[in-house]
Amino acid sequence: MKVLVAVKRVVDYNVKVRAKADGSDVDLNNVKMSINPFCEIAVEEAVRLKEAGVATEVVAVSVGDKSCQEQIRTALALGADRGIQVDVEGNAEPLVIAKLLKGVVEKESPDLVILGKQSIDGDNNQTGQMLGALAGMPQGTFASEVKVEDGKLNVTREVDGGLQTVSLNLPAIVTTDLRLNEPRYASLPNIMKAKKKPLDVVAPADLGVEVTSHLTLVSVEPPPERSAGIKVESVAELVDKLKNEAKVI
Amino acid sequence: MSTLVFAEHDNESLNPATLNTVAAAKALGGDIHILVAGANCGGAAAAAQTVEGVSKVLCADNAAYEHQLAENVSLLLADVGADYDNILAPATTSGKNIMPRVAALLDVAQISDIISVESADTFKRPIYAGNVIATVQSSDAKKVITVRTTAFDAVAAEGGSAELAAVDAAHDAGISSFVGQEIAVSDRPELTAAPVVVSGGRGMQNGDNFSLLDPIADKLGAAIGASRAAVDAGFVPNDMQVGQTGKIVAPELYIAVGISGAIQHLAGMKDSKVIVAINKDEDAPIFQVADYGLVADLFEALPELEAAL
Repeated sequence: MKVLVAVKRVVDYNVKVRAKADGSDVDLNNVKMSINPFCEIAVEEAVRLKEAGVATEVVAVSVGDKSCQEQIRTALALGADRGIQVDVEGNAEPLVIAKLLKGVVEKESPDLVILGKQSIDGDNNQTGQMLGALAGMPQGTFASEVKVEDGKLNVTREVDGGLQTVSLNLPAIVTTDLRLNEPRYASLPNIMKAKKKPLDVVAPADLGVEVTSHLTLVSVEPPPERSAGIKVESVAELVDKLKNEAKVI
Repeated sequence: MSTLVFAEHDNESLNPATLNTVAAAKALGGDIHILVAGANCGGAAAAAQTVEGVSKVLCADNAAYEHQLAENVSLLLADVGADYDNILAPATTSGKNIMPRVAALLDVAQISDIISVESADTFKRPIYAGNVIATVQSSDAKKVITVRTTAFDAVAAEGGSAELAAVDAAHDAGISSFVGQEIAVSDRPELTAAPVVVSGGRGMQNGDNFSLLDPIADKLGAAIGASRAAVDAGFVPNDMQVGQTGKIVAPELYIAVGISGAIQHLAGMKDSKVIVAINKDEDAPIFQVADYGLVADLFEALPELEAAL
């Protein structure tokens, strides 16, 4: 089976992002960019399916400007076979990304599409589900285990309070949660090999999608500060404060 | 203006997250209806009828909706929601699973995880793991929204008298089915609804040591949570994770034990009323948000705390 993996270029998770002084947007000047951690888990899962003989080809796709080719190359170094960049300037909204991915799905006809459950910049948690609705595909979101059995996909999902398992017809969508797997590090030889793997660039028009915008970013601001309280010297003092000052126990 | 709130429930009773979501609907103004979709869900629908400020409850009682499968329920919501200006659901794993499909079916954006309603089309929501609060304006005629429940005070569960209407529509996409679930059985309150939460971090060193939190949680009637670091390290299951990518909590009292206080974690608990931090590193960022900080070895402090309660 063919697996399509979507990857997103985002600010590295170690970077503490701040609002610009004028509040117009976040300040992303000279910050390190990386592959979104949940997307990295998605690539790893696809590569493991290939190593297990379940998947025959892994295609990595990213929506963004030329710079996102760097993250596609990362996916190729981790084991994806080829890449597709959908060339879009600026921050596309999840709905638009889902429409573009649907266009790629129509061209590539994958049996399985794996995405991260959310990106750590917008924290939207939408794209996989939207792609599912647009393409008429079932979804296993927040996956902690994925198994292909008898032509169906069994996905164990992380839900409030525990785990849920669903059975999905193929083709299907999976979005990854933290515990699905632990991504490998790309080896230097694989990083070198990745540079020679094919990477196609397509325009939104090639996929019949018009890039539109439904939301406007009005402003950004730092979250309300919570001020530090006091340090207590002992457990006894702590319990006393909680009982008599805060009155919460 | 009319708003449809998608109820979270177990067919018999309403999940309290629904009450916070109705509060967000009230902030938008206008008529508020609740949709209860499930199987044999009359109990949940009856509970929805008494929720303060709700004028009508729509009950879609069909086997296709029993397990809240997103493929089926999203078709129902897009169908029923066509008559409303806003469709709201709590930003629980269920709401997050279903609502983006609804938005895509209606060809509108979704506004995720709102923490305030600024006007009919403008909302605040956290981005970058809560490091930044964005104000976003929607140009869609119809808004599909998930609500961060801790940001809105629940409306009263009693006192309302909404009319009840049955929805006959049976949407079964036929592409997915429910296999089973393992819901952690615990005498403790649910993490997101508990008045007190005791959480452990990487400082707990291993999963077994989490049992040190049990007697304290028992005495306080608390739920037990964990930082992402503790989940990542395999100490405890992911459903205990408090943080931007886990559960968002805002209890009366939050006790962070052996948690350094990464922004990812703070995003999930900093709206708690009183925060206590126990950590042996006096420079740990958690102390910057804690009302009461105790610099101590948790393996000494926890037994002492248990004895003192």
